[in-house]
Amino acid sequence: MPAIRERSAPRTPQHRTASGPPGDSPRRRSPRPARGYWPYVLIAPAIGGMLYLLAYPLLRAVLISLQDFRLRQLIAGDAQFVGLRNYRTLLSDPRFWEVVARTFAFMAVNVVLIMTISTLVALMTERLAKAGRTVVLCALVLAWAMPVVAATTVFQWLFHSEFGVVNWLLTSLGFDSFDRYPWFADGGAAFAILVVLIVWQSVPFAAITLYSALTTVPSELYESARMDGASGPRIFRSVTFPMLRPIFVLVFSLEVIWTFKAFVQIWVMTRGGPGDATTILPVYAVQTALSSQRYDLGSAASMLTVVLMSGVLVLYFRQMFRQEDDPR
Amino acid sequence: MTLLRPRARRLPLNAAACVTVAVCLFPVYWMISTAFKPSKDIQSADPQLFPHTWTLDHFRKAVQADGFELFWRNSVLVTLAAVLLSLVVALGAAFAVARMRWRGRRQFMLMVFIAQMAPWESLIIPIYIISRDTAMLDRLPTLTLVYFMITLPFTIVVLRGFIATIPPELEEAAQVDGCTRTGAFGRVALPLLMPGLLATSLFGFITAWNEFAYANFLIIKEQDNRTLPVWLSSFQNTFGTDWGATMAASTLFALPALVIFLLLQRHVTSGFAAGAVKG
Repeated sequence: MPAIRERSAPRTPQHRTASGPPGDSPRRRSPRPARGYWPYVLIAPAIGGMLYLLAYPLLRAVLISLQDFRLRQLIAGDAQFVGLRNYRTLLSDPRFWEVVARTFAFMAVNVVLIMTISTLVALMTERLAKAGRTVVLCALVLAWAMPVVAATTVFQWLFHSEFGVVNWLLTSLGFDSFDRYPWFADGGAAFAILVVLIVWQSVPFAAITLYSALTTVPSELYESARMDGASGPRIFRSVTFPMLRPIFVLVFSLEVIWTFKAFVQIWVMTRGGPGDATTILPVYAVQTALSSQRYDLGSAASMLTVVLMSGVLVLYFRQMFRQEDDPR
Repeated sequence: MTLLRPRARRLPLNAAACVTVAVCLFPVYWMISTAFKPSKDIQSADPQLFPHTWTLDHFRKAVQADGFELFWRNSVLVTLAAVLLSLVVALGAAFAVARMRWRGRRQFMLMVFIAQMAPWESLIIPIYIISRDTAMLDRLPTLTLVYFMITLPFTIVVLRGFIATIPPELEEAAQVDGCTRTGAFGRVALPLLMPGLLATSLFGFITAWNEFAYANFLIIKEQDNRTLPVWLSSFQNTFGTDWGATMAASTLFALPALVIFLLLQRHVTSGFAAGAVKG
């Protein structure tokens, strides 16, 4: 899934156009009307796409969440507005709150692990010799490149109860209780496997991004900090972290948002089960809508998810536009 | 500063590097090696880290499995159409943003940035219902449109960056020599943009190639219109407990993405595309 940031942009001189100069001269020569409508012609298809394929579905989701919309209304198309009834139903459902709590727990565990591990990997990569660095970066890129569905399938094989290599490893290490341990039958274990899978898939991006940011920190800063007698952790706290703060904020908010994309891994691996053990909000919404045909409740749950996510999005966009306005 | 570090301190560092490489590569390696192992070695109490005997049986089985060719073709068609469409649309928009001054340009980029972060996981339900209402359910063009929209914002942003790095003076010179503005862009800037276009489209390709959720929920009745990720996710229906064939199918599915990433590694690590593609 594309979730994109403009890391490269601030480094390129794209702000030239914003300030005007050289690009302007030919336009001054061209006839006025062409200058007037051409840009709008060029962006029209993009605007059209965004309106029909993003804005309209979002609006439709809001409407459905305010209607009584089940299988009958899907076929007959005569949905009635019921105000906030769906939201009331959801918010008074203890199962919904369990799902919300689980979503936050899932997000917290994943994001903390991803940020810690990727920071360590980035710091390590920076200190390696050139050959080692290339090997580590190649390995990270390969893990990153692994398609989500393929990785999910492979993890199911790794954790297979009978012939899985993880059980074999744990048993040979002396943990006999893992002999034929059925990972996907137990809620906690399934949850843990999903966390491992998502951390494995997300660390490469975060580590590579943090590593490329690390290489931009001028080494004089480290040298002077060392001369002042600062210890390793102190240097990280007082030099590295403040320098990388914007990138940290961006990576952090992206990882939070991407946790919701874990929908695919969860759906392919466990469908939210066993029981409800791995049901997080997006899974809950789709289950409610498409499996039990409560499109109204599912849409309401989706809209609540968007509201929850928007808090992080605000953080992300603030950082984005700070970078956008100030190239360095 | 690495030179100053005492040798003994490099040991834990190198050990950590080895662990990182092993953890990153093992699942990929295990997928490929399982695909090449004979079934009796796969279903044994002692998994072999290195296959003793190699076999292509699993690949043969995966390729001959029901519908593999069809789903492969669907995936390629949908992906290519979506990437080409978004490339053309994004090229126009990126050109307008990078080279022209007009009212609303900033607002347009704001829209693009917001579209980039669109909560696609939360739009499955309305898009399902809209497709159903417009008789677009179970059809590949629907998927193409969705993938087009998923890749479009990213393509605009990256292409804008690329166009901005090409000095407008080049085009101006061509215009002085008698080219039209479009001609100048097509003959001077476009060839210079080619590497950027290629890299961008490959990332778009991977995104669309991997997409699962929409392919799973928008193609329901017409099983012939499924794409590879959905087919792979239902491997238990196709292969039962034949893990060799499942891993062979996964390998075949993952191969294009792995190759593209390795080819683009320079771009990936240099930060051009950091964040360009996720999973």
